[in-house]
Formats: sequence, C-alpha cells, structure tokens
Amino acid sequence: MTTLTPSQTIGPYFSLGLDWPGANRLSAEGTAGVPIALEGRVVDGDGEPVPDALIEIWQADATGHYHGTADDAFRGAGRTAVAADGGFRFETIKPGAVVNGAVVHAPHINVLVFARGLLIHLHTRIYFADEALANAVDPVLTCVPEDRRATLVAAREGDVYRFDIRLQGAGETVFFDV
Amino acid sequence: MTQVFTPVPPGVHPSNDFAAYRSTARRAPREAPIVVPHTLSESSGPHFGAECLRPGAGDLTRAAGGTAIGQRILVHGRVTDEYGRPERHALVELWQANAAGRYRHPVDQHDAPLDAHFTGCGQVITDADGCYEFLSIEPGAYPWGNHDNAWRPKHIHFSLFGPAWASRLVTQMYFPGDPLLPLDPIFMSVADVAARARLVAAFDLARTVPDRALAYRFDIVLRGPRETPPQPHP
Repeated sequence: MTTLTPSQTIGPYFSLGLDWPGANRLSAEGTAGVPIALEGRVVDGDGEPVPDALIEIWQADATGHYHGTADDAFRGAGRTAVAADGGFRFETIKPGAVVNGAVVHAPHINVLVFARGLLIHLHTRIYFADEALANAVDPVLTCVPEDRRATLVAAREGDVYRFDIRLQGAGETVFFDV
Repeated sequence: MTQVFTPVPPGVHPSNDFAAYRSTARRAPREAPIVVPHTLSESSGPHFGAECLRPGAGDLTRAAGGTAIGQRILVHGRVTDEYGRPERHALVELWQANAAGRYRHPVDQHDAPLDAHFTGCGQVITDADGCYEFLSIEPGAYPWGNHDNAWRPKHIHFSLFGPAWASRLVTQMYFPGDPLLPLDPIFMSVADVAARARLVAAFDLARTVPDRALAYRFDIVLRGPRETPPQPHP
C-alpha cells in the first residue's frame, strides 16, 4: 500500500518561497558546449497568457551526461517564474544525446510546469528542430502520436530556441504521465 | 515496458481535471497525458543541499530585527522515498501566510494586516536520517474567490526535489481539526481518503518547546526507484 504524499497546487504566491534570482541561467563563462537561449510563453485554453506559472528544467551536459553521473560543474537544473505576459527565458547550453545502454536519446530538456490551477505539475520535454534524425528514433518522442510531436520540438530563431507551452485546447502541448 | 518507478495508484495525486477548483477550468490539459518509458531523464535529478541555504531560513519567527506576531510552532518531520529510504541532506522550501492569513506578496490583496517581522518564506535541509524542522508562526485561514464565502484552511506550502526528476513534489501541509478542510476543494481534490489524511500534520506534544512553541509533525513520502539505481555511466 502506498504511503506517498499527495501533490497540491503551487498556488499564486510561490515566488515567496521559490524565487532564486539567476536560476534561469544554467551556464556560465567556460561551460563546455554550445550556448543557447530557450524562450517561450505559457498560455491557457483561451490563448491568454498565464502570468503566474513556474517553469523548471533538467538537462544533460553537452556530452549527454546528467549531473551526478559525470565529473562536471554544470548542474543542469534551472527554474524561472514566468513574466506577466507568460514569457520565460533560460540561458543554457545545448544538451548532448544521452546514451543509456544500447538506447540513444535525442538531445532534449526535461520541463516541469507548475501554476495556480494545476493541482499537480505537468511533465513535458523540449526537443530541437535541428535534430530531426535523432528525434525520429527517440524512444520517448516516438510514443507521441505523430500529429502532436511538433508541440515538443523547439524551433530555432537565430540563437534562440522557441518553445511555447499551451496548457489546453488547440495545439495543446504534449504532457507525459511519468 | 520495464519502469524504474512504480505507478502511483489512482486517487493519491489530484487530477488537474477537477472543476470544483475553478482555476483548473482554462488551465487543465484536455488530452490524457502520454505514458512514456522511464529513462535516465526521469531517474536522475538535481540535488540541492546546504549550499543553497540562506542563513536563518529555518526560523520564520524573526525578521527585520523583530519578532513575528502569532502562535509559535515547531514543524518537523522525516522525508523518505516510498521504500523508506531517507532523503538525506536535501533542500526543503517553504512559504506561508502570516497569522492574519495574509501573504507578503503583491498579488495578495486580502484586507488583513501584514506583519513587518514575518516574511513567510523558509528553507531547511534534511539531516542524515531525512529529518527536518523549522520554527514558524501558525498561518491564518484566508478568503479566496473560488466560490461564495470560500476560505482556504490554514496551510504551509512545501517544495521538495527528492531522489529523481520523477520524485518532484509541491504540496501543502494542513493542521489537524481544521473545520475548513472538508470545505476546501484543493484539499478535497485528493480522492483517496487515506492519502488526503497524509496532508494533515499531527500535533506532537513530545516535541513542543515548553514556554515557547507548539509542535506539529509532517512526514513526507516521495516517489523513489524500485531499486537503488545502478551507476548509469561508466
């Protein structure tokens, strides 16, 4: 019988406890890898901005190793509260493909979405539009119906990858049952 | 598919599709979440420890050179995974309303006084056995706009990372005997009665601080891997 503690909403006041200034910058001068920015906007079922969401990310380093599995100063974790227009930005490096046994995972960034109105956080992933070959065989992305995969793929605009999160409705972002 | 984590039984976590909590209406996804294999991305996770700690963050009863108003409480408990392994030296983040039921946050416009000596935010680190404790003020209940004459029961927000990305938990601790609990859609969103009861702290006479503070115990159980994970990389 499980003894797990249930989830409850993060509510509208989380910035009191969870505000880490600068936590949206994962990379520093000298971090190995290609520097990238991730930008996006969180919108609700009416397409209106969600101004009070918290986004957290977790990613491998440029060689595809997660922190704790390699001798690496890159922690790979970030957090940001969205702005009044639902917008967020992370500055990081592009993760490498993660090799796990015989399985190769396309470069991706794991994302959690918390907000008032969400009783439990949502899991999603950011894949990269310029990794089409790796994406086509990724063991998680291929679980997603083909017509919804585009919601998980960040388009490149200059040195920024764009990843909007649509919580509900047409073009709803794919969320995972982890 | 062989999964690293045991599926969470239905009713333990709330569903986001829960109309009684009105803010879910335009925010809860309509599509069912897609079941995916647990990969290294879910079974690894960031660890935040003492390096994140702000000095004094485990005592919420003092701020700006003064003492907060309200009933002092010691809140303590043990953080383990679902297989009983302690969550060691790990960051626990907290936030709460003051004794009058008001958050020190610009969005909170409830007509109740702020307390210059109470910020309502805290951080603690678990010890080698997974135990944590902090000193605070019993938060007040407060009205909210969910439905006619809606009041949130007294609660403290908790945020924990746990051993893996799949363990992440944000929750709320409630107080025993609060008459608002059965009226609160957020608390009642947990369908399983036994699971819901685990959100309510226990009064702990043995840990009261004589002449100083009442005590409550709130243990937290996070998801964990079925087996201690092997070293994923050579």
